[in-house]
Amino acid sequence: MPLHIKRLILVFALFIALFLVLRHFLVPESFGQYGHYRGKALEEIASREVHHVGVNACASCHDTIVNLKASGLHETLTCEGCHGAGYLHVKSPKTEKLFIPTKVRDFCGVCHQKNAARGKDQVKQIDLKLHPVHVIPQHPNVNLNRPKNEIKCTECHNPHEPWQ
Amino acid sequence: MAINKDNTNRRKFLINSGAILGGVFATTLIKPFNAVIFAAEEPKKALPWYGVGIDIEKCIGCGRCANACKNENDVPREPFFFRNWVEQYTIKNDGSIKVESPNGGIDGFKQSVPDEEIFKTFFVPKMCNHCAKSPCEEVCPVGATFRSPEGVVMIDVKYCIGCRYCIQACPYGCRYMHPVKNVADKCTLCYHRLKKGLDPACMANCPTGARIYGDLHDKKSALVKFLKDHNCMVLKPQLNTRPKLYYNALAQEVR
Amino acid sequence: MVHDYSALYQALTKVDGYIYPNEIELNWSILIVLYPYITGLVAGAFILASLERVFKVKALKPTYVLSLLTALSFLLVATMPLISHLGQPQRFYEIMITPHSSSPMAIFGFVYLWYLMVVLLLEIWFDYRKDMVRWANEKKGVMRVVYRILTLGVNDVSPRALKLDEKIGYAITVIGIPSAFLLHGYVGFIFGSIKANPWWSTVLMPVIFLFSAMVSGIALVLFIYMVLTWVRRQKLDFLCLDTVAKYLFYILILDFTLESLDQIHRFYAAEESFEIISLLVSGKLDITLILMQVTIGTLIPLITLGILQFYKPKEQIRKFIYFILSIMVLIGIFFMRWNVVIGGQLFSKSFYGFTSFKLALIGREGFLMASIWIIVPFLILAFLLWLLPPWKKTESDF
Repeated sequence: MPLHIKRLILVFALFIALFLVLRHFLVPESFGQYGHYRGKALEEIASREVHHVGVNACASCHDTIVNLKASGLHETLTCEGCHGAGYLHVKSPKTEKLFIPTKVRDFCGVCHQKNAARGKDQVKQIDLKLHPVHVIPQHPNVNLNRPKNEIKCTECHNPHEPWQ
Repeated sequence: MAINKDNTNRRKFLINSGAILGGVFATTLIKPFNAVIFAAEEPKKALPWYGVGIDIEKCIGCGRCANACKNENDVPREPFFFRNWVEQYTIKNDGSIKVESPNGGIDGFKQSVPDEEIFKTFFVPKMCNHCAKSPCEEVCPVGATFRSPEGVVMIDVKYCIGCRYCIQACPYGCRYMHPVKNVADKCTLCYHRLKKGLDPACMANCPTGARIYGDLHDKKSALVKFLKDHNCMVLKPQLNTRPKLYYNALAQEVR
Repeated sequence: MVHDYSALYQALTKVDGYIYPNEIELNWSILIVLYPYITGLVAGAFILASLERVFKVKALKPTYVLSLLTALSFLLVATMPLISHLGQPQRFYEIMITPHSSSPMAIFGFVYLWYLMVVLLLEIWFDYRKDMVRWANEKKGVMRVVYRILTLGVNDVSPRALKLDEKIGYAITVIGIPSAFLLHGYVGFIFGSIKANPWWSTVLMPVIFLFSAMVSGIALVLFIYMVLTWVRRQKLDFLCLDTVAKYLFYILILDFTLESLDQIHRFYAAEESFEIISLLVSGKLDITLILMQVTIGTLIPLITLGILQFYKPKEQIRKFIYFILSIMVLIGIFFMRWNVVIGGQLFSKSFYGFTSFKLALIGREGFLMASIWIIVPFLILAFLLWLLPPWKKTESDF
């Protein structure tokens, strides 16, 4: 075999050898454990911190509200569903506060705004452009002369016990 | 020709290098075939085979699921990245179809079509279907997206190269490119919660129980009962991705 | 790190109909349009070279080496758009060490390396070896060392060695033809195999990509040959020019037939995605598809080249026509890639609406960056023409 062919083969052999050696060191340890992926990824994903702590964690301090909610129409709503995930608040209750809705009509409207796709028997709906329309004599302090879209739902309805 | 001493040494050197390299080469070959050469590792106890059930008749479009998911999984709050979302389908009397998903349904839905024009309207929660034959997992060039032994399709954020092929391959629009991590991202069925015995965040925070999940192999699970009691359908069955997300009352207009 | 979402908020206002919320941003942008374009040019230029070497079309001799060097220049740049578009470019090597066998994209690393090293580099090496030996002996200083290294320090130009070079070069070209098909065909398969996207998902996709690649490669060599000859103040070999144009015509017919077949089938079968795709073609893609790709890029060159097969005007006029046509075809094939890649992402996979795409000027996926990747191969070609000048080669006796 002519010399230049031999040298060419040598160059290629060196290149392939280098590639194989590099590959041996670069492929992650747990790759291929369960399939064509890094087996360690399963643990890494599983070890993520849980953000939603669940109602029992809320009840350990806020038991009055939790009990109040549990007997009313909002019993199927989770605390964190409206107030956001509680993991930070549970760790530092004084400094990490949860979300409390300020645009109340918009927030309550997320479920209660009249929408033909919502079953009438599933959730009570109102047209928030109109409600409330009447003066409630028992509660004269509620000034209904304000523009209707300023009146917060929570002025009449306790969000944790919305209907008595 | 007389034997040249240099030739012998050179030959020995070449043979030795060849042996070493051959050894390295052999080990690199064997590793991927571990499962074939050695007996497949049986899981210690039978693992669940997770599926999801969504009841469209129960969904009120409150968006708590989409909101909880973003909170649980640190998904950017901008309206361009969703691991799950809710759509409103409105089929009008003239037969035309309107679909909306403002901010994924997180801020609720405003009815945009007057009552008298509506033939039918309903909400459709969407999320990753955790397909048993997922096209996203199939096309990943490096093995960064995978299906866990429990049937949950996930992404290895340390290995993903961000080529976006999986995002193109998903027929359901479930994937997106994470703007900060610069890797692909998608619903993990809250795997980190499942492993601690907790429900996925979207299901835990649904007020009507429209979303459930469970072990498809467990005859006593709520999900299997759901499948038995309802005529369930999957999205885009013609693509044969074998989704494990089963809808009750799925209309044919839904894509 | 504060992220700028203003472009996405703008895109949100331009949504037409309904798209899945994650579809607002196009995932594959101009860099992914460029990659098939560049590999297409490589494959096409190589096929033109193989027409001379394997199919013995002697008239193409003046463009043989030029085609190979052009292919090499563009191939060296081909990976750059890919790597620079990755979300994690520093992990690019993973595709080489753990390729996923079910992924068409995974074969990229090996097909690319195979084509670069075994096909292109070796063929050019074997073709230039005797000249590089001569230059290694003639030149002085740094260049002497460079050519020594390139020849692997071997001086053998005996008839036996040269005959072997010729045989091996021929064998490599023969292997190179299916290799070129694989290099570009797999790109078409990457798109064609995505069942989620009906604009991409067609059996014809790899074949269409391949034939349009050949068209673009031939047009590129035609263009470069004319420019180079003008720069060097030489005379154009009109037999060669007419032959290149003739092959351009033949392949263009095949390409046009295949693409028309695809569209006709789509139109006739009118499957689920038909409505949204019709809106796509007549609306969002009206300029890039109907004007740029079909009219300017295909129909006008096709008709003109067809006429030229029967009636040949004066050489001066023909020269001018070939020059303009080559540019039109190159632009047309670029827009073919654009229409496939960008077009396929403009409509929602729900088939209920469209998003929008605006090409940025600056940035990683901007127009300027894309222009750089197109210009660099020409600079590399200029360097290669200086290092390995085709006109200074001695004729082989074999």
